[in-house]
Amino acid sequence: MSHPQNPIPHCPAALAAMLRVVPLAPLSLSLTVFSRRIAQNNPGLVQRLGEYDRTGFVLDPTDLPIVMCLNPNGGLPKVTLCRQPSKGAARISGPLAALLGLVHGAFDGDALFFSRDLVVEGDTGAALALRNAIDDAELNLAQEATALSGPFARPVQQLIAFAERQTGLCLNRPEDSVIW
Amino acid sequence: MDLTIGPNQFFWAADRWSEFYDDLAQAPANRVVIGELVCSKRLPFYQDRIPEAVSRLLEAGKEVALTSLALVTLKRERKLTTELAEMGVTVEINDLTVLAYLPEGCAFWVGPLVNVYNEGTLRWLAARGAKRVCLPPELPLESVATLVRAAEDLGVAIEVWGHGRLPLAISGRCYHARLHGRTKDNCQFACEEDADGLDVLTRDGKPFMATNGVQTLSDSYACTDYQIETLRSAGVSALRLSPHSNGFTRLCTLYRQRIDHNLAPGDLAHEILSTNPGTRLSDGFLTGEFGAEWSGTKPQ
Amino acid sequence: MVMEIVCPAGTPAALRAAVKAGAHTVYCGFNDETNARNFPGLNFSRSEMRDGVAFAHDHGAKVLVAINTFPRAGDEVIWHHAISDADACGANAVILADPGLLDHASRNHPRLRRHLSVQAAAANADIINFYAKTFDVKRVVLPRVLSVPEIAAINAETTVETEVFVFGGLCVMAEGRCSLSSYATGLSPNMNGVCSPASHVDYAEDQGALDARLGGYLIHRVEKGQPAPYPTLCKGCFSAGDKTGHLFEDPVSLNAERLIPQLHKAGVTALKIEGRQRSKSYVAQVVRNFRAAVDALEAGRPLPEGMLARLSEGQAMTTGAYKKTWR
Repeated sequence: MSHPQNPIPHCPAALAAMLRVVPLAPLSLSLTVFSRRIAQNNPGLVQRLGEYDRTGFVLDPTDLPIVMCLNPNGGLPKVTLCRQPSKGAARISGPLAALLGLVHGAFDGDALFFSRDLVVEGDTGAALALRNAIDDAELNLAQEATALSGPFARPVQQLIAFAERQTGLCLNRPEDSVIW
Repeated sequence: MDLTIGPNQFFWAADRWSEFYDDLAQAPANRVVIGELVCSKRLPFYQDRIPEAVSRLLEAGKEVALTSLALVTLKRERKLTTELAEMGVTVEINDLTVLAYLPEGCAFWVGPLVNVYNEGTLRWLAARGAKRVCLPPELPLESVATLVRAAEDLGVAIEVWGHGRLPLAISGRCYHARLHGRTKDNCQFACEEDADGLDVLTRDGKPFMATNGVQTLSDSYACTDYQIETLRSAGVSALRLSPHSNGFTRLCTLYRQRIDHNLAPGDLAHEILSTNPGTRLSDGFLTGEFGAEWSGTKPQ
Repeated sequence: MVMEIVCPAGTPAALRAAVKAGAHTVYCGFNDETNARNFPGLNFSRSEMRDGVAFAHDHGAKVLVAINTFPRAGDEVIWHHAISDADACGANAVILADPGLLDHASRNHPRLRRHLSVQAAAANADIINFYAKTFDVKRVVLPRVLSVPEIAAINAETTVETEVFVFGGLCVMAEGRCSLSSYATGLSPNMNGVCSPASHVDYAEDQGALDARLGGYLIHRVEKGQPAPYPTLCKGCFSAGDKTGHLFEDPVSLNAERLIPQLHKAGVTALKIEGRQRSKSYVAQVVRNFRAAVDALEAGRPLPEGMLARLSEGQAMTTGAYKKTWR
């Protein structure tokens, strides 16, 4: 839980540096496959998006030199990583740790937003729907990544392992005792 | 379709109050709801003027009802409300609390601050004795039409908010007092300074609302100039005009002329705006996307 | 009797988190306009409700279904179905505000317990007793316009259980009696189950400041690094006369944690936490705090220190109308 005495970690320069040089196209493809797996395993997630299930979301980890464009595409999501600022109906920006913590239920979205650790622009309704859908889905990105197989598995797993090693970011669903 | 004058929402000095109802006796309105709607603390200042105003209006041939408070909380307010139910004059309920005191089957009117959104509630109120219902101002035209149809079978007349600043909210907190750095109990009647409410603007200067003690009103004056034909053909029985401090009897006359086809659509609004430059009108609750919208700014 | 903690759940995951965190009772709604938190991505499908109720019952908790908007003329059947579905799902009670709907429920579902929603703004003992007599309402959620002594006075005059808000967003207007939101956006709590809807919110950064607009009206402008409250109409910064400020209410949220012993003494049955729109982590933490507080009270121990500030809007707290000077 996000107490003032427990600040949101900042993503270290090493990960940011790596993302400045790696080719983004294969990584985008891997993340697309990864997100489709998540959507398939959690049908409630896309259902919960309702009218926003084809909205373009821009997720902007402000401590990384990339942004992630996510289109749920009615259950067959598509992810594109870009180094340039990108357009989307709704944009959520904040430190990577805050974004991931939100996914894993380690942080409360409203609290992060009130403290301006997260900033929402564009279609606030869409951002809210995504937040609520993810909150209900109880995702575990690391677990989902480990279960991935095939040619797309390695880049995602490597990225997650690297990020976790380097940063102490919240990539697993913390046990109750850790959160509160 | 005829005209009902709603209860004065504001706090006026007793003489001004009496003068207003003297003038109103001559206005082309069919009925008048009188009394204190917003704040029980105001009532002692003009309470003794009410009987005289009521008899004058009755003599002028108007139907008269006494309004209840919009929010009954304190012991004193409950007592006031009990007395209201026992006065023998028709009561307009603006808080359901009155029903706890009215004998079952006793005829009453229902004001716009009671939530009548659907046929079920209308039926229930009719069964308890409601004869006339002014619908909540936020209802869209489709709901009005549906409720009028239901009301016909129940023998209930339906009114629609026709003109005046819209009552948007009521609170336990007094915003006039808060603005003057006082609490409600020590308000020193700050609301008396603003005869039509105090304008509230956004920080970039856009007029938005008006405060009136514990009540919050719209900045714009609702105006049904462009809906009169539709409301009439839907079967609405009366338009409710809400008292304001300037030129109110003339306003009643203008609405009467508009209903009688002596003014064309748009002319009523034009008249209002030319005598009150700077006034903003709205009819968005009935026909727009949102309440503050105004048909007059769209191509007709 | 230990005071009942009534906790919000916007999603099945939040319901489970609340129950596990010690909520005695969870309230939630169907994913449509029948409930007053009709927000994107929130609420329960029929099957989720059935599963949620079963989960709560297995863990000894109760579920209340909020059907607390005012049915639209011509479409009442949507609300009637919500009541019969809540009944079929095994809900312990429905929370209603509309007299027509209360009438319907008492005739057609007499055995389904009825609570009076805060949206009915029943602010005195006479109207509460009237609802009890007319619709057999067993509990009333008191509007947030009453002080603690007034709540005590109400409890002295009624046998209807009272439930009061102790934490979360704070309406400054009498609930169910406010159309500020539809005036600015066309969507209202009474008709659509939303207030200051996210669909009409626009945030824009301008030279380090953040402007929050609702339906085109500027509600807040905060400087860089300042807390950014959601642009709820009645918490906005406006000008009137020669004054500029939070005319209606500061962007604070209610925290009546310290008043629990007084509320208990005032005869309150249940403590309600606002926030079906908040995340499950929020819900769980708040429930833990309040459960610990009522358990401490029951055991005669001092209340544990509160830790909830960071979760609140604008990160400032108020005890609201419970203290009379708020008015």
